[in-house]
Formats: sequence, C-alpha cells, structure tokens
Amino acid sequence: MVVFSKNPVHSVLYLVLTFFTIAGHYVLLNAQFLAAVHIIVYAGAIMVLFLFVIMLLNLNKETEPQKSIWLKTSAAMSSGLLLVVLVGSLKGAETIVATNAFNSNIGLIENLGKTLFGEFLLPFEVASILLLVAMVGAVMLGKKSIK
Amino acid sequence: MSAIQVVPLNWYLLLSTVLFAIGVLGVLFRRNAIIIFMSIELMLNAVNLLLVAFSSYLSDSKGQVFVFFIMAVAAAEVAVGLAILMMVYRNTKSSDINMMNKLKW
Repeated sequence: MVVFSKNPVHSVLYLVLTFFTIAGHYVLLNAQFLAAVHIIVYAGAIMVLFLFVIMLLNLNKETEPQKSIWLKTSAAMSSGLLLVVLVGSLKGAETIVATNAFNSNIGLIENLGKTLFGEFLLPFEVASILLLVAMVGAVMLGKKSIK
Repeated sequence: MSAIQVVPLNWYLLLSTVLFAIGVLGVLFRRNAIIIFMSIELMLNAVNLLLVAFSSYLSDSKGQVFVFFIMAVAAAEVAVGLAILMMVYRNTKSSDINMMNKLKW
C-alpha cells in the first residue's frame, strides 16, 4: 500500500503503520530498547521529515505522472522474480542451531550499552561524525544560493 | 515466553524477504522520488528486522548494535536526500525522476 497509493500523504501514513508493526516485532523479539528507538527515530523524525517535505512541495495532488504499462509490468515481474529467488534460496538453507544459551535480556539497555561502548566504540564515534557531516550537508543544500 | 521460542526463525526470514521485495518493487514501480525514498527506507527496515531476529535467536547483542548504526546511516541519508530533493524541486518544479536525466548519455 506504500507503493500503490496514489496520494503521497497516504503512502507516508501506510509507511508509519508498517514501522509500528516492525516495532511490535522488535518487542516480540526481546529488543525493547531497540523498539523504542525505532519508534522515536522513524515514526517521530523521519516520517515527520517526509510529511514536511511533501507538504512543502505541495505534492498532495493525485496527478503525478505514471510509468508506462510496459515498465510497470517489467518492474512487477523483476521484483517478483527476486522474491521467488530469495524464498527458493531460503528453502534450501539449513537451519542453524543456537550455540549460546538462550538469554532473554540481551535487548535491554545494560547489555546493549556494554557492547556498544566496549567493542563498537570506534564505529559509534564514526557514526557521530557521519551525522555531523550529514547535518552540515543538508544545511548547505538547503540554502537558497551559495555565495 | 517470547516470540522467538514460539515462532521459528524461518518465518522472520520470509517476512523480511517479502518486505525487501516490496521495497524493490516500490523503487522500480514509481516515478515520484519521495516514494522511492520511502521504499529505500522499507528495504533498510527489512534488513534491520532480519538482524534483530538473528541477534535474538542467537542471543548475541552485536546484531542489535549494527541495527543502531543502520538507523544512524538511514537518518543521515534521509536528511541529505530530502535536501537534494528540495534543490531539484526548486530547479525543475517537479519531483519526477525522469526530469533528472541530464547526466544520461
């Protein structure tokens, strides 16, 4: 429904629905903190950004140009073939056996923070630099004219 | 009783595969650049869901840390991408990706 709704605002709302379902899956998978972060980041920040741009560009009219029927058919066929190939490869995959003992609180903040700030400290800092660069780049692109 | 002890891992594999295929379909199907961005987000979320499923199944918290990094990269990508889209719209008055064929040979 994200793909097929004509109005981009409806598309965004269906995408928010999808994100909440994925957050529900995270809760079911014992990743409570990640579910909270997912809702805050995606439904809170990214979707508001999308809606803001759609409203700003005044795109909520249903007269946008569509691809030709030939291109649409080929797109549907190629993505369907991708789905078939991936599912077929999953059928042939062996099921792995969990080696660690089952631990239901790895998704809690304590264990996650120990891993994030212990083993993955350098990628964490690099991600912060990436966010800074993205912020500067977005501001530069958003300016009216660069002197 | 958590879901990972009841639901087999294969179903999560199947769900994220279907989500990824819907994202690919969205990228190929539409000409509106904003919808294409949304489909890319959908694909990133499929991969995130798969990482969390494996991490929970194997009781390893490294997978969830990777999901954090993917979220950070996705946020940066959306910010820069929407800024580029605003620039393109300001110059061409359209969000149609076929208007951006000036670099095509």
